Amino acid sequence: MKHDNIERNLGILLVFTMLAISVGGMVEIIPLFFIKETVEKVDGVRPYTPLEQRGRDIYIREGCYLCHSQMIRPFRDEALRYGHYSLAAESKYDHPFQWGSKRTGPDLARVGGKYSNDWHTQHLTAPRSLVPQSVMPNYPWLAKNELKYDDIQDRMKALRRTGVPYSNSQAEYQRNVEEFGADVAKTLHIPDAEKNLVAQAQLGNYDTDPSNITEMDALVAYLQVLGTMVDFKKYDDDYFVKFR
Amino acid sequence: MSQDKATTTAPKTMGHSWDGIEEYNNPLPTWWIWGFYITFIFTVVYWLLYPAWPIGGNYTKGLTGLHTITYTAKTVDGKEVEKTTHWNMRSKFLHEMNEMEAIQKQWFDKVASMSYDDVAKDAELMQFVNSAGKTLFSDNCAPCHQAGGQGKIGFAPNLTDDHWQFGGTYDEIHQTIEHGRRGFMPAFKEVLEDQQITQLANYVLSLSGEPHDASLATVGAQLFKSEEAGCYYCHGADAKGNTQMGSANLTDKIWLWADVDGKAGQEAKLAEVKRVITSGLDRGVMPTWGGRLKPEQIKLLTVYVHDSLGGGR
Repeated sequence: MKHDNIERNLGILLVFTMLAISVGGMVEIIPLFFIKETVEKVDGVRPYTPLEQRGRDIYIREGCYLCHSQMIRPFRDEALRYGHYSLAAESKYDHPFQWGSKRTGPDLARVGGKYSNDWHTQHLTAPRSLVPQSVMPNYPWLAKNELKYDDIQDRMKALRRTGVPYSNSQAEYQRNVEEFGADVAKTLHIPDAEKNLVAQAQLGNYDTDPSNITEMDALVAYLQVLGTMVDFKKYDDDYFVKFR
Repeated sequence: MSQDKATTTAPKTMGHSWDGIEEYNNPLPTWWIWGFYITFIFTVVYWLLYPAWPIGGNYTKGLTGLHTITYTAKTVDGKEVEKTTHWNMRSKFLHEMNEMEAIQKQWFDKVASMSYDDVAKDAELMQFVNSAGKTLFSDNCAPCHQAGGQGKIGFAPNLTDDHWQFGGTYDEIHQTIEHGRRGFMPAFKEVLEDQQITQLANYVLSLSGEPHDASLATVGAQLFKSEEAGCYYCHGADAKGNTQMGSANLTDKIWLWADVDGKAGQEAKLAEVKRVITSGLDRGVMPTWGGRLKPEQIKLLTVYVHDSLGGGR
């Protein structure tokens, strides 16, 4: 095929251009699907509960990711401020993942447990009341909006299609019991989603107002689980080196 | 000049012509072309030194022995092991952490091995405590207790004053940081009538000399010590609180949950105290730092809170 022909035929030019510009991406991304050590072997990582998953949806809806990344890089300064570097395994059930290199606010990959529920509620409603130098917007509606969760089963089914092991049958439930234990497996069962969501919100009382379930409940439940699933005390400091 | 050049050395054309328009062949400068070739050489060197090419389920990790990283890491059972691996970010990270820890070790070892009182007396060591403590405090404590430890009314206690809800000795502060705290006061709206809560609130205000109604306060004082309200269970018969359970001293002028200082007028101050008695408190949660910070960091923070911020007992 002559160069002349390619340049004079738009269809062929288009195909060849797309091939040329995707080579860089393909050689960098596709091998990762086949390299056995891309995702670390580590215990504890589980899919989000229905309440946490709704919180995650709100996190994405409000555009939190525009200022906050969820990826602690293996650098000294990041480890000192945020904690252990993030593992690929820790976001294996995230669709879409929340990695990023753009930070206006701090990284949130390990924010779970760092502050109280009360702090999060107050901080999301009026950030500058607690952190005077903050440039984060106020999100006062979160504590007022009742959480909509009548479509939670559909949301979980959609994630199930992407490979998140939410269970929809007894056999799948049993498989989850084996993989995650009975307590976690119960929260991943799609037919019980509403019941589990309400139970977690009432027990956790994340927005410090027990009378209702708000978007604040869901978002704080999500923030409080971030980065807490892996118990790093169970692993040697350099256990994760062998995966790189 | 450029015109001269154009006339003397006319560039060759590429040989194709469209509607009489010809394209000149102006090759790039030789030095630039060589720069381009050097990037090829750089690539090959990079392949030899760093993880690069995928091969099946594995990948090249750089030539063994040519480019390695040595680090020391702690195992689960606390042993330190030295290892050498191919170059990768995670080994490099451990190596960098080793370098930093080596610099700080002499100071942290001192903090860990000396008693609190000795650390506080060692002026040189306190310089390290102040600078490392300030960073740790800013990262971890300031979001609630604020940058200088001045606290926030209705949220987190002031750490610079003399009042300590859960105790202000070194050991008590250490306990608070390591295990966290949970402040709790039951709501009295189901237990007491509104009039009784008003009486109690007047008594509470009278304890610290705030404006109050003396006759209501007298009744409130009886109620405070009665089985019906039972305030004395936690706050003590003298209302001075109990650091074992974190109940507040009501006789000083320090307010955390009811913003008495921030309100003007007897009515507003009364309303604040009534609000707390009516709804109770289930909010004063301090997170646990035991898993997040290292033991020596917690000890250093304890000294920082006790001595650098001031007010420790």
